[in-house]
Amino acid sequence: MEQLLSFVQLKKLAKHPTDGKGKKLVLMGDCATQHLATAIQGTAMADGLNLTVVDTDYNLLDVLTLDEHSELFENAPDFVVIYMCTEKLLEKFRECSDKSKFAEMTMAQITEYWSRISSKLKTNILMFSFVEKDDAVFGFYGAKQPMSFIFQLKKLNCMLSQSASMTKNTFIIDLNQIALQMGMEQFSDAKLYYSAKMPVSLNALPAIAAHTIKMIQAINGRIKKCIIVDLDNTLWGGVIGDDGLEGIQIGELGIGHAYEALQHWLKDLKERGIILCVCSKNNEDAAKLPFTNHPEMVLHLDDISVFVANWEDKASNIRNIQQTLNIGMDSIVFLDDNPFERNLVRSTIPDITVPELPNDPAQYLDFLQRLDLFETASYSEEDRDRTRQYQAEMQRISQQKQYDSYDEYLQSLNMVAVVAPFDNFQVPRIAQLTQRSNQFNLRTIRCTEDDVVRLMNDKNNITIYFMLSDKFGDHGLISLVILERMDSETLFIHNWLMSCRVLKRGMEAFILNTIVNTAKKNGYKRVIGEYIKTPKNAMVEHIYEQYGFSPIGSNRYIAEVDSYKETRNYIKMKE
Amino acid sequence: MNRNEILDKVTQIFHDVFDDDSIVLTDETTAKDIDDWDSLTHITLISEIEEAFNMKFSMKDVLGMKNVGEMLDILEQHQ
Repeated sequence: MEQLLSFVQLKKLAKHPTDGKGKKLVLMGDCATQHLATAIQGTAMADGLNLTVVDTDYNLLDVLTLDEHSELFENAPDFVVIYMCTEKLLEKFRECSDKSKFAEMTMAQITEYWSRISSKLKTNILMFSFVEKDDAVFGFYGAKQPMSFIFQLKKLNCMLSQSASMTKNTFIIDLNQIALQMGMEQFSDAKLYYSAKMPVSLNALPAIAAHTIKMIQAINGRIKKCIIVDLDNTLWGGVIGDDGLEGIQIGELGIGHAYEALQHWLKDLKERGIILCVCSKNNEDAAKLPFTNHPEMVLHLDDISVFVANWEDKASNIRNIQQTLNIGMDSIVFLDDNPFERNLVRSTIPDITVPELPNDPAQYLDFLQRLDLFETASYSEEDRDRTRQYQAEMQRISQQKQYDSYDEYLQSLNMVAVVAPFDNFQVPRIAQLTQRSNQFNLRTIRCTEDDVVRLMNDKNNITIYFMLSDKFGDHGLISLVILERMDSETLFIHNWLMSCRVLKRGMEAFILNTIVNTAKKNGYKRVIGEYIKTPKNAMVEHIYEQYGFSPIGSNRYIAEVDSYKETRNYIKMKE
Repeated sequence: MNRNEILDKVTQIFHDVFDDDSIVLTDETTAKDIDDWDSLTHITLISEIEEAFNMKFSMKDVLGMKNVGEMLDILEQHQ
């Protein structure tokens, strides 16, 4: 964790009242949660997240989840945080007559809480994992003895993760991992539990609150999408231009294992869907040499989406990379061993994240892993293909230069679109797109997978997803439209969002034509679209007007189905 | 550290925790004398003092301290 505020600082921040217009969080637990509530509130403030935290009284999980007029349901929160502590668990374990089944029984109880909440509330549940604190009754033998507390405790944590993986709106805040990183001595103070039922020390609260807020931000779509790395002394030891291929330290040579481990981690992130880019002050040929010719390099050129090696300043190069990728600066992390470059980038590009790497390269990886930079609230198969998609994009950009007109270029791409209603198979990808898209997003409605299923099954809605491919490759699922019946003659565009990867290919026109045609086929006379402003979606502020809709009111636009003039494009619909 | 220096350091912690620089502590000051000094803030105070003095109060200390004077006694003994 980097530069966490202290609990007293968080407490001061938490004093400022929220305006109540943002998201709401209800915290409940079988231990004292007041200090934790304060810490979460303060951390939200510090992070610029408009969140109101409501704490509930001690040990009321049953009452809160059963009574439909309880504080929990009356508040209708966006997030419910449940903290069940290991200390209470041990009390229940002592009373349990069939100890070898304790984890199953407890999990059933927890699942019951989850479903009580989800049956009455459309919300996200954030559940703390249990801190794996041994009761030392069986000694180390307990690790293989099903009747021991630690055996059941470990099993319960596994079951928590498993159950959460099957429940789309339930997320795990891994408290056990936080305790592990901090050490139990720091993490808890027995007298606080005996005197105030507080299972964690005050010093642990900022870290716990930070994890909670990070999880919420990830659910809200504030995630890192890209990591840009320097080369010399960041990805390998030494300077390729001076030391040559044989002289750089990667793998066996010198401190090469430290860099090797970092490269493995970057590759794992890439496999998960994080875009990997290079920005280095080097000649391009020299910079690429290790990637193509060094036998111990873990990363290869095909792992890198955008490779920039030149002598321009790094801030300009990073801006170019960002424009190529078309993602927000705040979703980019930049790694560089050189404090001068870090400061330059940090001061000229305030939104980018630039970790203050430690001096010893052997510490790079542990340090970066502890920053929790790459939190996410979803994962789909397509994440793995992202690098290939961006590489294809680079090819498109270089081909574009060969054509005289842009139209001519677009025609040459042989673009084909798939147009289909939402289906179960695409639900994870659809939910993810609603969480990731910020710029091309007309009403910015974020959806969990459950929300998507609800929208899909609602008879009042017509849902459409779009996939696009061209001669260079497949973009996958790139746009969503949800059309909602307003009355017998009118369809409302409940949301329309599109991946910025496919901007300015004619997809905008193709989609609007499809919307109007869909309305026509279903017997509607007009379509109404709406633009809701956010700090990030100015790009689409005038899109409906640009494509022939007429303004009604300040942010709504209308198209009459019979008189709508389709905009020309070069995309064929797949039969 | 003599008793006065300890008092100064403790006073600073009180100012920080209660966010109020006007608080003046004496040996006789108790929770009743300071508006926000409830059981929750007591925990914050204890934790902050432990951190600042690099010591741990015993549970008996935490529950038994009657006034600031007794708190200073404990801190003096811990040196």
